[in-house]
Amino acid sequence: MANISKRNRRREREIKNAAKNRREIIAAGLSRRDMIKAGLLTSAGYLIQKNGLSARAQFGGGSFGDCDRRWWDGSGGNGTPVSPPTTPFVEPLVIPPIAQPVASLSPAPTVAPNTAAGEARTRNHQALTTLPPVKFYEVHQREQLVSMHPQLPLQRLWTFNGTVPGQTYVARYGEPILVRNFNDLPNNNGGFGLQSVSTHLHNGHTPSESDGFPCDFFAQGKWYDQHYPNVLAGFASSHPPTGDINESMSTLWYHDHRVDFTAQNVYKGLAGFYLLFNQFDTGDETTGFRLPSFPNFDIPMMFNDKNFDPDDGLLAFDLANRDGILGDKFLVNGKIQPFFEVKRRRYRFRWLNGGPSRFYRMYLTKSNLSNHPFWIISNDGNLLKNPVQTTTGLMMSVAERMDVIVDFSSFAPGSIIHIENRLEQCDGAGPTNNILPAGQGNKLLEFRVVSDTVTDNSVDPATNPTFYQVPTRVTERITRCFEFDRRNGQWVINDKLFDCNEVRFRVKRNTAEIWKLDGGFNWSHPIHIHFEEHQVLKRNGQTPTLIERGRKDVIRLGENDDVEIYFRFRDFTGRYPMHCHNTIHEDHAMMLRFDIDDVGNNNESSCGFR
Amino acid sequence: MPDMNRRKLLATLAVAPLAAGVVGQAASAENKFKVADSTREKLQKRYFPNFELTTHEGKKVHFYDDLIKDKIVVINFMYVKCQGVCMPVTMNLKRVQNLLGDRVGRDIFMYSITLKPDEDTPNELKRYVRAHKIKKGWTFLTGKPDEINTLRRSLGFKDAKAKLDQDLTNHTGMVKYGNEAREWWAMFPGETNAPWIVECIHWMDGPERKPALDAKQKETKRIEPGHNHSKS
Repeated sequence: MANISKRNRRREREIKNAAKNRREIIAAGLSRRDMIKAGLLTSAGYLIQKNGLSARAQFGGGSFGDCDRRWWDGSGGNGTPVSPPTTPFVEPLVIPPIAQPVASLSPAPTVAPNTAAGEARTRNHQALTTLPPVKFYEVHQREQLVSMHPQLPLQRLWTFNGTVPGQTYVARYGEPILVRNFNDLPNNNGGFGLQSVSTHLHNGHTPSESDGFPCDFFAQGKWYDQHYPNVLAGFASSHPPTGDINESMSTLWYHDHRVDFTAQNVYKGLAGFYLLFNQFDTGDETTGFRLPSFPNFDIPMMFNDKNFDPDDGLLAFDLANRDGILGDKFLVNGKIQPFFEVKRRRYRFRWLNGGPSRFYRMYLTKSNLSNHPFWIISNDGNLLKNPVQTTTGLMMSVAERMDVIVDFSSFAPGSIIHIENRLEQCDGAGPTNNILPAGQGNKLLEFRVVSDTVTDNSVDPATNPTFYQVPTRVTERITRCFEFDRRNGQWVINDKLFDCNEVRFRVKRNTAEIWKLDGGFNWSHPIHIHFEEHQVLKRNGQTPTLIERGRKDVIRLGENDDVEIYFRFRDFTGRYPMHCHNTIHEDHAMMLRFDIDDVGNNNESSCGFR
Repeated sequence: MPDMNRRKLLATLAVAPLAAGVVGQAASAENKFKVADSTREKLQKRYFPNFELTTHEGKKVHFYDDLIKDKIVVINFMYVKCQGVCMPVTMNLKRVQNLLGDRVGRDIFMYSITLKPDEDTPNELKRYVRAHKIKKGWTFLTGKPDEINTLRRSLGFKDAKAKLDQDLTNHTGMVKYGNEAREWWAMFPGETNAPWIVECIHWMDGPERKPALDAKQKETKRIEPGHNHSKS
């Protein structure tokens, strides 16, 4: 590439070699102790800095690996102000209200866009008549004054029906719904945000016209009917008529996806949960998989980090940041550092990293600074085959969802436990991967154990219950490769830039594909692919961890990672994107469009030299 | 809620945690916030310093007052002797200018600011404009080096990594676009397809896209400058 200097190319090559060397070491099955003995690894766990093993250290010196104080304290660097002080844990966790259906919509939904009545949809509904909605919702995107902390002024946020996060949709498989989505945003944006929206249901098995494609945005005064069939993948192809039960999803979320303005609009409040239940994941702990009952013991938690103007205390979004915005205030469900009173029993928490950019590693820290173990039962909202216990934290990049089971029964009343992010991150490029000592990370929420005695009929994860099997694979039609890189500050995928009107490749409906994603150097990206869940086949040549060995829709691409994933694109056709979910990267065009149709093509499948 | 009531409201709200018995923790609760500037003023102070710059025609202008205020703008950084990303971006922005037609200079304004103000005098920039047959409505700008550097950083043409930030060969090909009065700001990659860039710029009109009187709305072949340029 002409624009990458020789030095950069050399660095890139070195880094690739280093990654390869690391993989070879892993492949050779050398244990940690073997490597330390052989002088390849320091006892702190770092690969030593020679033989191309750690090119980053060699080239980057301090500036690539160490925290830059200017970013840490937010005092300069990215122009982000230091937020005003706030007292932690003064307000209870707010649980977003449950969306209530309306009796009917007027005018009634139509297959073709009802342009005359103000609908902004551009394409016909694919499944409105075959999967007719049984419930109808009306949502108004509008400004609302909202308190994020009692020591800060009210914030002028953009909301779905007045709350941040928006109301939670509680949906069931087999019950299609239709949401009439109105853009009633105000004329004044308050310094950031665009009054033009596209609401994405992340990651429903949703026909393209209802998916919230980034370029299906609509203006103030318009509305858009979004049909969510709540149907399992395979219903009209491999597993008729109801679909593959092993493709069941549980925790979805919706958020604005307006091209170039997603970060601003979501930061301003446009996001919420969408939960899907079925005959196994019932929301009732006495039936099915017996997961803790919704809504009392099944709690959605959206994590965000934000900045507030030190002078006027108002939410601040840095318009000059191209790398990733790191907040110095941590919010759960729209409140800065809330507390949550828990009873002495098991809870299901649906954790979502709502962005904009930060990577988290979640721990449950007890007051004596030891870790409370917890169980991970789903990844990206898809129940795993079996629960996986962790005492070493849980990584979450933007848009990833992790359902966890936490058991508080062993705690004495009055006990305090914190959700703590201990992953060090100094700039938008990605985490340093240093894990901070217990108590020195970011405390996100405080659990307070109360004395009430309660029954707990939920399943004990230690009994190793089985949820869903990983869906069976079929022979894939094609392998495509994608290399994510940055060229003079412009994000490129296979060396090409984003254009929403350019279809980079076409997937043939009802076929399977393998995609190889190759991360660039110096950057970490959460890559999200719309529409179908994928299975991770290999990460850097290795079998993925138990947690990653399910179905996902966000793939964490750390520096130089290469990940191989498997998809089956079924049932619907239309346009979908693949993009980085660091919303700042996304808004700086780290995205491509692909279409699903009945022909397909073989673009982006030359995988040599990648 | 009017701004004048904010402090009063805050005072009311700040009592709540005390009432809830969280005494001791609330010592820092006395945040005193000033009445907020209009957000437009805030953006101006934070991102658009009103530095004096000189155009390629030798005219003195103030960045905010004369170039940004009340306008739809397209801004990038470049320098005349740049061997890297500047030329493909300039060539691509020429296509963009053609597609936007006479709106450029009327209600859309294009600015290219030099990264090497020491080298790029107004005359140098004028030569560049002439050599590349750049039409009216697209202004090239130079100024005091330290002010240009501040401007570059405050507009978001900086790199988080200090080393990359100082490396001119690596300077960004991203281009800022915005509508100052509406407080809408974003960026596009300067090398992406010109018709797509034109769509992005038209978003700054709001829902009602304004027509150009003489725009050359036909580019028969889709141009992919980034792609062509990238093969070494």
